[in-house]
Amino acid sequence: MAGTAITPTRMVLNQLKGRLKTARRGHKLLKDKRDELMRQFMDVVKLNKQLRTRVEEGLTQAFASQQVASSIMSPEMLEQALLYPRQSVELGMTFKNIMSVNVPRYSFQTKNNDPSEIYPYGFAQTSGELDDALDKLARVFEDMLELAQVEKTMQLLAEEIEKTRRRVNALEYVMIPELEGNIKYISMKLEENENATKVRLLKVKEMVLQDAHQFKQ
Amino acid sequence: MLKIAVIGGRETVMGFKALGLETCPAADAQEAREALRRLTRESDEYAIIYIEEALAQQLAAEIGKFKDSPTPAIILIPGREGSIGLGQTALKEAVERAVGTNTLGD
Repeated sequence: MAGTAITPTRMVLNQLKGRLKTARRGHKLLKDKRDELMRQFMDVVKLNKQLRTRVEEGLTQAFASQQVASSIMSPEMLEQALLYPRQSVELGMTFKNIMSVNVPRYSFQTKNNDPSEIYPYGFAQTSGELDDALDKLARVFEDMLELAQVEKTMQLLAEEIEKTRRRVNALEYVMIPELEGNIKYISMKLEENENATKVRLLKVKEMVLQDAHQFKQ
Repeated sequence: MLKIAVIGGRETVMGFKALGLETCPAADAQEAREALRRLTRESDEYAIIYIEEALAQQLAAEIGKFKDSPTPAIILIPGREGSIGLGQTALKEAVERAVGTNTLGD
């Protein structure tokens, strides 16, 4: 705090005043950034919650159908049927900038666009339940992809908010009070020096007068 | 082009294979850990990795490492036995981190 290693001069005082101004402006800006990030974050959290429930429900249903299929078909047959995928997914990724946080945006392309083409097996030796299971899985997959995007966005935003919050707090509770304290210290010290000089001048004047006129007050 | 991988029990990942995703069947946490390491070493290739909750439970440290990097996104999915509620932890953690406390109320 005050009185550590600062020299009480007018130059330092001016410097400190400049820094305080910058710190105040930075604090305000960061606070705005934090508020905006928070608003975005809350939207993302809400979306994430919805998607998460939807994905979990969808997957549970898909797995249930698969369970039925596997109870009808032998495990070997099932494995064989699914072994060689006819479908393949290609994922594209771009980045979107939210308040200087780069969050991923996914886009995906399937090689076969015909929805009936997802079954990698002939229909003769497999049961209809397997088709059902795959169909459900394919449908929930789109939600899963969006969930991945939203969840990553959420994590990255959370990190940025944490960082920003720390900066805001550091400025608010450490930097700015310290600068203010130092400025006060210097201005008091300068005032004191000024007073000392004034008193000294008065004293000298008195002595000089006395010397000149043997004048006693 | 980027890829998507799924780590989970043999039966869980089977269906995803048909959808054209990369699958890594893992019987236990050890195998899952190895699969995860292998996938993340080629970090540029896999953008999304889905992991079954039951396995992810024991890999929390490894998964946590990728929380702050833009890729890969590691997402928990419920296994065949249904959701054990672990998928919500990412949500809760993020909220706690950002707000300071859990404001979701659960």
